[in-house]
Amino acid sequence: MRSSFAPLNFWRSTIGKKAVMAVTGLLMLLFLIVHMLGNLKIFYGRTEFDHYAGWLRTIGEPVLHGAWYLWIQRFVLVLAVVLHATSAYQLSRRDQKARPTKYSHHQRPKANYATHVMRYGGITLGLFIIYHILDFTTLTLNRHGVEGAAYDNVVSSFSVWWVTAIYILAMISLGLHIQHGFWSAAQTIGANRPSRDRLFRNVATGLAVFLTAGFLVVPIAVLAGLVD
Amino acid sequence: MTFYTLGDDIADTTAPDVPIEQRWDRRRFDAKLVNPANRRRHSVIVVGTGLAGGAAGATLAEQGYRVIQFCYQDSPRRAHSIAAQGGINAAKNYRNDGDSVYRLFYDTVKGGDFRARESNVYRLAQTSTQIIDQCVAQGVPFAREYGGLLDTRSFGGVQVARTFYARGQTGQQLLIGAYQALSRQIDAGNIEMHERTEMLDLIVIDGRARGIVARDLVTGQISTYIADAVVLATGGYGNVFYLSTNAKNSNASAIWRAHRRGAYFANPCYTQIHPTCIPRSGDYQSKLTLMSESLRNDGRIWVPKNAGDTRSPDQIPEAERDYYLERIYPGFGNLVPRDIASRAAKNQCDLGRGVGPGGLGVYLDFADAIRRLGEDQVREKYGNLFEMYDRITGEDPYKVPMRIYPAVHYTMGGLWVDYDLQSTIPGCFVVGEANFSDHGANRLGASALMQGLADGYFVLPPMLGNYIATNKFETIDESHPAVVDTVNEATGRLTKLLSINGDRTVDSFHRELGEIMWDECGMARSEDGLRKALGRLPELRAEFWRSVKVPGSGDNVNQSLERANRVSDFLELGELMCVDALHREESCGGHFRVESQTPDGEARRDDDRFAYAGAWEFGGTDQAPVLHREPLEFDYVHLAQRNYA
Amino acid sequence: MKLTLRIWRQAGPAEPGRMVAYEVPDANPDMSFLELLDVLNERLTLEGDDPVTFDHDCREGICGACGVVINGQAHGPRERTTTCQLHVRSFADGDVIDVEPWRSVAFGVVKDLMVDRSGLDRIIQAGGYISAPTGSAPEAHSTPVPKPVADTAFDNATCIGCGACIAACPNGSAMLFTSAKVTHLNLLPQGGPERAERVLNLVEAMDAEGFGGCTNSGECTVACPKGIPLDSIATLNREYLRASLGRK
Repeated sequence: MRSSFAPLNFWRSTIGKKAVMAVTGLLMLLFLIVHMLGNLKIFYGRTEFDHYAGWLRTIGEPVLHGAWYLWIQRFVLVLAVVLHATSAYQLSRRDQKARPTKYSHHQRPKANYATHVMRYGGITLGLFIIYHILDFTTLTLNRHGVEGAAYDNVVSSFSVWWVTAIYILAMISLGLHIQHGFWSAAQTIGANRPSRDRLFRNVATGLAVFLTAGFLVVPIAVLAGLVD
Repeated sequence: MTFYTLGDDIADTTAPDVPIEQRWDRRRFDAKLVNPANRRRHSVIVVGTGLAGGAAGATLAEQGYRVIQFCYQDSPRRAHSIAAQGGINAAKNYRNDGDSVYRLFYDTVKGGDFRARESNVYRLAQTSTQIIDQCVAQGVPFAREYGGLLDTRSFGGVQVARTFYARGQTGQQLLIGAYQALSRQIDAGNIEMHERTEMLDLIVIDGRARGIVARDLVTGQISTYIADAVVLATGGYGNVFYLSTNAKNSNASAIWRAHRRGAYFANPCYTQIHPTCIPRSGDYQSKLTLMSESLRNDGRIWVPKNAGDTRSPDQIPEAERDYYLERIYPGFGNLVPRDIASRAAKNQCDLGRGVGPGGLGVYLDFADAIRRLGEDQVREKYGNLFEMYDRITGEDPYKVPMRIYPAVHYTMGGLWVDYDLQSTIPGCFVVGEANFSDHGANRLGASALMQGLADGYFVLPPMLGNYIATNKFETIDESHPAVVDTVNEATGRLTKLLSINGDRTVDSFHRELGEIMWDECGMARSEDGLRKALGRLPELRAEFWRSVKVPGSGDNVNQSLERANRVSDFLELGELMCVDALHREESCGGHFRVESQTPDGEARRDDDRFAYAGAWEFGGTDQAPVLHREPLEFDYVHLAQRNYA
Repeated sequence: MKLTLRIWRQAGPAEPGRMVAYEVPDANPDMSFLELLDVLNERLTLEGDDPVTFDHDCREGICGACGVVINGQAHGPRERTTTCQLHVRSFADGDVIDVEPWRSVAFGVVKDLMVDRSGLDRIIQAGGYISAPTGSAPEAHSTPVPKPVADTAFDNATCIGCGACIAACPNGSAMLFTSAKVTHLNLLPQGGPERAERVLNLVEAMDAEGFGGCTNSGECTVACPKGIPLDSIATLNREYLRASLGRK
């Protein structure tokens, strides 16, 4: 039944939930672009990277007190992740219920691989985010684990081959997720048009490659001994 | 041996005796009205959801009547009006090319070979302009020009461009408009819609139609529905021929059952054979596919000059091709009316100049149009038709000419109705192709959609209101003897069909019926052939009731049973068609009697003897039908032999 | 040609179903797929078996009645082709062909290959129309419609309501069907006054039927016999967001 409270109707509808996913996804994408560019500062050396990491905590000063901005950003990002995941979960459940019987003759999907693996990619990324926070934010799992020594923390993690392997896997998932997700978001918020379709698809692929490569450059450089 | 008896003449007594331009206004003014507040108390059954039925149901519901509507399809959106391709005529004169209501009226009477009732045709032409307005308001996406205004094209038998169209899918777009209007009323609770439910019989009480017996095609449940009036909008009976352009499940059962209950059946022999269909490819063929007549605007029809020429079309030089329509009818060329184009194709094939398998085909060539307009413009106009042709035949019409051959397409005959669209059973109204009213012996292209919508949206509603306002309706109980009898008859019939358990399938009977009808009552009819058919058909009918095999039971989905019931009615109707064709010893429109032709092979009417509509009364099972003649008067369009040269 | 058809047989909505193999030794390449089923049914009837039930009517690709999944593809292997317009020449001699009904929780199997698609009608009833009572229409030329708008409206109005989009969608989503109607009516000036209400009502009805959501996988548009583009879904989304934000 339709409620008189429009946002509730919106959230209840399949299109509304999907739009929530699109907007939160774009928000996270924006964050990732900045995050990735910041990561590259590691190539300017320990001092500059640690200084940059420290500055991140002071953004917004003196208007905002201390690390307030950082906490606002964290809150928004966590909210985005939660909304994104909740929508995804609820929609997936609904989708599975809508098609309970499979065809006995399986047909290879015509959609590309990235589209096909969105759900698995999403779960992979969710798990990865938790690991990533434990590794570099709370430093719980970090071998070096010294607050303020961002550069050494990074180097210590990526010097272990399997940590780097996890990162590589996660970043490939991220790339695939963005490749379908960005275009899909454009479609979902109705920004897509036949005239822009190719553009959106190309930008999606571009962003996917750009982010995956940008994020992977650091662990590979560490593993290769270019950063130590 | 005579196959019928002659009864009294009948006449339409409802068209007012005033000049033709004023008749419809006067009739509407004279009609009694039902107070809007009282309409809720009156119910109307509408059978069928095509253009006529859909439009009627939506309009009656809008006006406040309780509508109970039926279709055998799983959705009202699938009625066969959806397959109409070419367009819809309207005397808008947007092109300023000399069109007018009067010209549309004139063209339709002439195109119908002077066998239609002038009053009805004039009203149709008058109403045509409103239809376009109505459909545009509903969101029907007609073709438009770059200025944003509606585009039109010309069709067979006329020299003005008055045909509005939506690419090659005009019927679909108009039907979806009607379906949406219907959906709106269903949602509003004004229509009780019964999908997958087929009418089995008409309930007549004290001489008036008061309901129907219908079968739920999913559960097999047979139920009765009672109302104050019944509207039949069940389309034509072209499937008597087995192979036709009709949908596989299109059938005549509703009108045939009404006929058996007392509704006269007018001009059953008037069938339209459409000239541009895809030829049949084998014995398994289940239906024929039409290629819109609009193709004749740009396509040129030809055959090789030499009989038995088996070269591929691109190997036949211009000089050895005969563009026979352009040669014989230079005035109209490829755009002669359908009956003439069909017969000309048959004549060419009879001369051995036919092309394709069995020599039953002629070329429809777009090479000139592609040269003149470019492939893109041809694609824009006819793209979907070309695609369809390619899918069915596996040939690309952009490269090789299409092969076409005539096929049964439309039936001008149908239940006799007066100016109010009421049959000879009071309270039983008939609209669209199911009635006989507007097209005479031949229907012009793009006029079927016009008639269906005119009947449904504009003509039927006020006339039905008049009937309701002028009658009293006592409550009918389901235990009323007439109701019980009708149900028992319908149930008994299905039980009988299921119990025969013979050795021939329903389709094998239907095919055989179709062959007899096509051979003897098709494009050319002769006394000998018709007598032969009338000898064979009763035997076939008896054989059917003796040896048909209908598997399964009646209490769930049983498509064989559905077909068997329909075919049993076709078998009876086929006979009446042959009787009508035999008695009408003249050629007119779609009815061509070989005994009545001019020296150069054109149809020759006999106005002294046959300027009437033949309305047949059911004489009883295995009894001869009774002919009632409705003399046709032509006060406005003067009788003349048609000339399209 | 000799073909083997493995067909889903199910006696009724509540009965269990299974795939049953039938051989058709005398298939002809020029037959339509439905004619192939006709030939099989004639034989089954004479042999005393129950013929295969399937929906069909116009057999020229426009009524939308027919539709089965052939080898895992809605309406079979040919693009932009309904089952009735698919011909046996698309297969090779000796092929084994799997024939199944549309699968979706919103499309219950009625019998064999016949399903209940009344959910699509209910979506249209919820608002897939322009309210234009008979007789109330203004003169047709009073509102010109730019040709590109009329053409897009037409392209979307060609939807035949067959349900292939839903059958092909991994989520059983009816977004392409619903978007075609919204795009058809919302773009036209005549559809303007009910624009916001229409899209809200249609989406609500669509969701209420139990259809899944759209993951933009694009399977629908590939299966669509009328080629309704994926772009229509973007239009539906846009219209829905617009209406939800309270813009008329």
